[in-house]
Amino acid sequence: MTTPGPPLWLLAELTYRCPLHCVFCYNPVDFSAHEQELNTEGWLRVLREARELGAVQCGFSGGEPMLRADLEILVAEAHRLGYYTNLLTSGVGLNEQRAGMLRAAGLDHIQLSLQDSTREMNDFLSHTRTFDLKQRVARLIKDHGWPMVLNVVMHRLNIDHIGRIIEMADQLGAEYVELANSQYYSWAQLNREHLLPTREQLARAEAVTNEWRQRLGERMKLFFVVPDYYESRPKKCMNGWGNVFLTVTPDGTALPCHTARMLPGLEFPNVRDMGVREIWYDSEGFNRYRGTGWMKEPCRSCPEKEKDLGGCRCQAYMLAGDPAMADPVCDKSPQHQVVSDAVLQAQQSTPTSRPLVFRTPEESRRLLARP
Amino acid sequence: MERTGSPRLNPLFRMQWEQAQQSWVLLYPEGMVKLNQSAAEILRRCDGERDVAAIVADLEQAFATGGLAGDVNAFLEIAGAQRWVVWK
Repeated sequence: MTTPGPPLWLLAELTYRCPLHCVFCYNPVDFSAHEQELNTEGWLRVLREARELGAVQCGFSGGEPMLRADLEILVAEAHRLGYYTNLLTSGVGLNEQRAGMLRAAGLDHIQLSLQDSTREMNDFLSHTRTFDLKQRVARLIKDHGWPMVLNVVMHRLNIDHIGRIIEMADQLGAEYVELANSQYYSWAQLNREHLLPTREQLARAEAVTNEWRQRLGERMKLFFVVPDYYESRPKKCMNGWGNVFLTVTPDGTALPCHTARMLPGLEFPNVRDMGVREIWYDSEGFNRYRGTGWMKEPCRSCPEKEKDLGGCRCQAYMLAGDPAMADPVCDKSPQHQVVSDAVLQAQQSTPTSRPLVFRTPEESRRLLARP
Repeated sequence: MERTGSPRLNPLFRMQWEQAQQSWVLLYPEGMVKLNQSAAEILRRCDGERDVAAIVADLEQAFATGGLAGDVNAFLEIAGAQRWVVWK
């Protein structure tokens, strides 16, 4: 195998603590077992070592990164090191004072999450009263001159509001809007039957998005991400395993993607025990699914294997029971039926009688205790 | 299409030299564009002061060559469509 290039993206998940309880959260469902957070010194070392390797985009994420009192210190160091710094936030805790401090620390951009265009659905999906807060925070971001990305996770319960969501984003002055259909991992996987939209909903939402693109021109860019369950080929997940992305979780575990910890039989290194260079180039966790050497059939002999690298290892594990299988989203996968069954079920009008599970520490502990 | 006026780098983008990639890059929210040498040389001169003719003249002098106007205009058109540069 050829030597991999450097990591270009560092995603620093500073904490799993979060004031919101979103039903589609991609934090691991067992997050309550990993609450020992790296301290400031630990994070500063990660920032320096990853930058030395070549990482240039740095995302501060969580949970809610604003809950870390040392966020401004970390942003300032990342800025000094030459990263482009992104803050991925729900907006909770981002007041005038902290916005000023983050601006002074050199923060380049804020991505604000938005649940819906209606107060009812926003507050329901996040299990918090945060609708008005998000409007306030969006104005604060613009007042400080930051470029603003609005990230809206789309799904069955809000996708019919997409036109109103785009209109609201435009009024708030966003430069980019990510209308990203939920991907089915972690909490979203638990709640999949509630969240997977119908084919008709998707087609309508895409049509509305295209109409808005015409109307908006260059003013605001819209990214619409289809749920991969509706595709016939898998996504090139993370642009390749251990290829450009390095995630460090709150407890210091280094991962090739933020959900990879679920994979069985694989030890991922911790930045408390190992330097970032060794983690990236030498660790078993980062090398296991690099390139194409690990593939089984039908991927191994597939003419498209370099194009999508067999899709997502976590999805293969969740849906086919083996991370080295083809991602079952692919219609060449022997397990593709699992995906088409889920899609078929989503076309029903009442998909499930099971209640939605909200992302809370209590639910996480309850799920952990389950045999 | 030839534009008149002085292009400058869109303030939403940041341009910097990346040692690990041995290349100039454009950074923006959650993204990066790796620039080839000629793109980088043109963009570095988009300071909002120089007009296109001045940028062309500067490049021709720096690289001791002539006839760059066509290439520069073609690139600036792409850069404008990508919103890397804005015009004043």
